Amino acid sequence: MTASVNGQRRELPAGTTLGALVDQLAGRRAGVAVALNRQVVPRAAWDVTLVGPDDQVELLSAVAGG
Amino acid sequence: MSGSDALAPLALAGRQFRSRLLLGTGGIPNLAVLERVLEASGAEVATVALRRVDPEARGSILDVLARHRVEVLPNTAGCYTAAEAVLTAQLAREALGTDWVKLEVVADDRTLLPDPLELLEAAEQLCALGFLVLPYTTDDPVLARHLEQVGCAAVMPLGAPIGSGLGIRNPHNIELIVEQARVPVVLDAGIGTASDAALALELGCDAVLVASAITRAEDPPAMAAAMRRAVEAGYLARRAGRIPPRTLARASSPRTGLARLA
Repeated sequence: MTASVNGQRRELPAGTTLGALVDQLAGRRAGVAVALNRQVVPRAAWDVTLVGPDDQVELLSAVAGG
Repeated sequence: MSGSDALAPLALAGRQFRSRLLLGTGGIPNLAVLERVLEASGAEVATVALRRVDPEARGSILDVLARHRVEVLPNTAGCYTAAEAVLTAQLAREALGTDWVKLEVVADDRTLLPDPLELLEAAEQLCALGFLVLPYTTDDPVLARHLEQVGCAAVMPLGAPIGSGLGIRNPHNIELIVEQARVPVVLDAGIGTASDAALALELGCDAVLVASAITRAEDPPAMAAAMRRAVEAGYLARRAGRIPPRTLARASSPRTGLARLA
């Protein structure tokens, strides 16, 4: 199953949750936000939200700016 | 300080701050410089942007800001439509646990000027969603009034385009915005050097937000110290009541008792 994660196509095992993606790519959960197909997913739902085929996932965090 | 040189606190979006200098962190060379800029500036509010997680990133700006007890103000930089800006603000709230948002909705990359129609639409939606909205806006007094009417916690008119360092191009408009506003006015964008920041406060702005003028200065901590003093001086000068400008001279030495020497 492939999905887009931060603009890159990724091969993901079936059953991958948003929480697993955050842990893998961000290393920590504090200060991170997740959009799934242009909708905010609250952190309380990360571990029960599965990434589906062709989903668009954005994992964001704060950087210097503004 | 006390009495006539006392600096009244800044009431902004339900909080009180001693400093009237808000720091934009964009352009800061690294987190070590940011630490020194925070100390030198005395800023108690600092902006951040939301970007894709970088697995290689070392150290978090959030840790630095937390260590200095600085209020984090996420922006919506990079958004061109109300829809993008609203989603970005919602993501910032989720990531950072704050209802504050510096709302930026720009029209194009060349000028980075606010798109008034998209900005007002986004402001209205975000206020309805319970955000404390601090909109980056043009120096148009009418737009500032509309932003206040939809519930924004402040208005943040530009002095000149972002990063231009051109100073306050239309002081008269800034005065008109200050005159009518019942929310704090924060001059945002265009500051080039300390005198620009002082002028903003002299015109009656409640605070200034400075990014590039500090972060891209040759010596950012030194410029941060200059801005801190400029903001204090401008605020005190505004309260002190300047003399009205005149077209001709008015002697300051007495005319009486003048010797006949001619």
